[in-house]
Amino acid sequence: MRKRWLKIPAAWITPLGVIGAVIAVAWVGIAFTARLWVPFDPLAQDLPRLQAPGIDTLMGTDALGRDIFSRLMTGAGVTIPLALMLVVMSLLVGTLIGAIAGYFGKWVDELLMRLTDLVMAFPTVILAMVVAAALGPSLFNAVIAAFVVSWPQYARMTRSIVLGLRTQNYVMAGRLMGFSPFKTLRVDIAPNVVGPILVLASLDVGTAILLLSGLSFLGLGAQPPTPEWGSMISAAIQNFDSWWIGLFPGLAILTVVMAFNFVGDSLRDIFDPTSQVSRAGARS
Amino acid sequence: MGNTPRATRRYSARSPLVGYLLRRLGTSVLLLFGVTIVTFALANLVPGDPIAAALGEGAASNPATVEAYIKERGLDQPLPVQYVNYISGLFQGDMGISLRTAQPVASDLSKAVPATVEIALLAIVVSLGVGVALGSLAAYRRGKISDQLVRVFSLIGLSIPTFWMALVSFNFFFLQLRIAPGSGRLSPALAPPPTVTGFYTVDALLAGQWVTFTDALAHLMLPVFVLSLFTIGLLTRFVRTSVLEVLDADYVRAGRAKGLSGPRLLFGYVLRGASLPILTIVGLAFGTLLSGTVLVEAVFAWPGLGSYAYNSATSLDLPGVMGVGLVVGVVYLTINFAVDLLYGVLDPRVRLA
Amino acid sequence: MIDAPTPESADAASAASTPVLTVDGLTIGIGSRNNVKSIVKGISLALTPGRVQGLAGESGSGKTVTSLAMLGLLPSNAVVGGSIRLTDPEGGDTELVGMSHRQLNEIRGRRIAMIFQDPSSSLHPQLTVGVQLTDHVTRHLKLSKKQAREHAIGLLDRVRVPNPAEALGRYPHQFSGGQRQRIAIAIALACDPVVLLADEPTTALDVTVQAGILHLLRDLADERQLAVLLVTHDLGVMSAIADDIAVMRHGEIVESNVRHNIFANPQHAYTRELLSSLPGAEGFQEVSE
Repeated sequence: MRKRWLKIPAAWITPLGVIGAVIAVAWVGIAFTARLWVPFDPLAQDLPRLQAPGIDTLMGTDALGRDIFSRLMTGAGVTIPLALMLVVMSLLVGTLIGAIAGYFGKWVDELLMRLTDLVMAFPTVILAMVVAAALGPSLFNAVIAAFVVSWPQYARMTRSIVLGLRTQNYVMAGRLMGFSPFKTLRVDIAPNVVGPILVLASLDVGTAILLLSGLSFLGLGAQPPTPEWGSMISAAIQNFDSWWIGLFPGLAILTVVMAFNFVGDSLRDIFDPTSQVSRAGARS
Repeated sequence: MGNTPRATRRYSARSPLVGYLLRRLGTSVLLLFGVTIVTFALANLVPGDPIAAALGEGAASNPATVEAYIKERGLDQPLPVQYVNYISGLFQGDMGISLRTAQPVASDLSKAVPATVEIALLAIVVSLGVGVALGSLAAYRRGKISDQLVRVFSLIGLSIPTFWMALVSFNFFFLQLRIAPGSGRLSPALAPPPTVTGFYTVDALLAGQWVTFTDALAHLMLPVFVLSLFTIGLLTRFVRTSVLEVLDADYVRAGRAKGLSGPRLLFGYVLRGASLPILTIVGLAFGTLLSGTVLVEAVFAWPGLGSYAYNSATSLDLPGVMGVGLVVGVVYLTINFAVDLLYGVLDPRVRLA
Repeated sequence: MIDAPTPESADAASAASTPVLTVDGLTIGIGSRNNVKSIVKGISLALTPGRVQGLAGESGSGKTVTSLAMLGLLPSNAVVGGSIRLTDPEGGDTELVGMSHRQLNEIRGRRIAMIFQDPSSSLHPQLTVGVQLTDHVTRHLKLSKKQAREHAIGLLDRVRVPNPAEALGRYPHQFSGGQRQRIAIAIALACDPVVLLADEPTTALDVTVQAGILHLLRDLADERQLAVLLVTHDLGVMSAIADDIAVMRHGEIVESNVRHNIFANPQHAYTRELLSSLPGAEGFQEVSE
């Protein structure tokens, strides 16, 4: 007998979504287990330097004689959990701020939205770079910087949904029944925000990974000898001839970001009816 | 965005366009001050020792030097006064001294801005061309194989780490295949054309230096290609959505009912209708391009804002980084104001009451 | 005409002159291969020059889809069966079902034209009235720009848009709803079609301007010998100008007759139901008794 909670609606199963989900789950699995099974210590500098990919070092070694494959796999454990944490953090803070702005309106809304305007007046990487540089280079500060630039999009989206809902009859009814603002937000509004926010968040995981690895590439994130993908690529600038140093970490970023984008894009089809509505029969 | 013509009308009954533009200009100027507050705050208020950062560890250990520096920069004044000093300094082109180059940041950046804007403008043109073509194709062939392929292609474009792509393509096309020119804006044998716009391609054409023009254009190819991948992905997806919406619009149905089809319908009706939302996203895409230059220029040794930002960031040159943040903020605001202007041009409902 | 004593079917009543558009056993289904939803289930109609054929029914009855099928404007996943035959007085007898888009484009706007429900969305907001009035004229009639402009001014004048020459340079949002629909009618008539499809032409308009638009349509049908298909859910609109009325429900025509008989002596229960929802329905019943 099939258990009910295992049932996934057929419409959810798209080739793109499935491929993305499989790759994403695989990477998350690697992220949490890599330290247990990689062939070499990712920090040990005891292999021949700049060795091309071969049988024992699958992806070659870097300029310090470290095994790139081992660093790559353990590197997943650095970037992916941080990116997920970053997204959850931005989501919680951004959604809350957006809901407050939309629900209370007036000067609260004005103040909070001008704040998001300010953040969005900068291109994201630039502002993150400036913040990270001001805070001082470290992986933790890079996450803070990335957080500063990524919460406003959640706030904007939540606010616009809440604004649309605030005047709906059933929300008004709840308020007339004496629901507190937070009960209204939780009971009447939250369920409507979940879908769009989930889509945004799943697409944002990819953006977060690109942003964090980009900051590390700039030297503002992970510091040596942490095996972080962006800083591994930046090390390749000094060794142009050893193509393997930069190639593999980049492919790692590409595949994991792509996986989350595939999932997010498929989720969008499910949650955003306007992107799917059949033009046929729209009128009769 | 999203100003209804009616809201505009309230501001100026005679000429709605003027009212609209004044409003947008006002918003831009306010945001500009916001941008300076952000950079000021980051440079002065964050934990860490900006004085040590500005003077270097050695000089900062000498109390007399520190005192002199504090006096000279007015750092003993209250914060609002400091901010006013900072702003008036900015108006006189004072953005501090770079720790790395020991030059005024403003003069460093003034050389870098045209190089970056040249790349970004070309990249936006390329991205817009490809994005509109692919996005329209996908929308017209909705649900078909070509639509799916375009979707996967654009999602991959959105997933590529630009700095890595820069490295890989430089390695492949220059070091391996030798079909791309090397780094920089021009081959070492050529002298830059006389400066008019600061764009080497345009200046070379103005000076009639054909060889310099082709060389400059060839040097632009690879960075523009790398930068465009992300924005192509972004624009393609957005154009597809906008065109789909417009294809459903009554006025396109009416155009079809008149017997219009092909390019006449696509350019005259569909893309014209989709032009406003697309324009909005172009402003946004410009932001990602400017972000991208920071990660790409360093690889190609392109002497623009991006390289400057990269070098400043990696050598922890805080005045340099702040300068880039400020200038990019201003460039981005300017672009978005230009987008607002174009909005007024493209939409008669904004232009005429 | 209304006093004609024979309560015959619409086809018979209009047999006086030959129909220009004959719909025979039209079926329309929409959906993917194994999941086709049937929307129109074998209907027949005939449009005759100088007559206004009403097609009444609630939304979802398939009436709009029927009119779109006459222009081949259905979505690509529509399956159309039966026949729609255009008998052009200028010669030529053409089957429209299954025709290629290239061939249809020679008929759309030129022989069969259409006006839509909401003129504020059926006119392109970013194109001047002049452009929208002439872009298909230059294509279909091969007129020069100047000739097309003269032609356009004449048309705007005919549909009584004030200051036609100046109106050409203005944008749709600068006109009132009623004027916009007049402009849409001018656009539809620009290439001198023989059939005009009007899909709820007054539904989106203020009640005060509805009558003006309807009388314009009536006049145009008479003076240009246009065959008009008037699609609407509103029997009040029907009663104003339709010569013949077909009542459609769930993709089928349940009753079809000349106007007088539909109002005075409805045969089908559904027609009576529609009539009873009309304001002043009692008045009609009085007439019938």
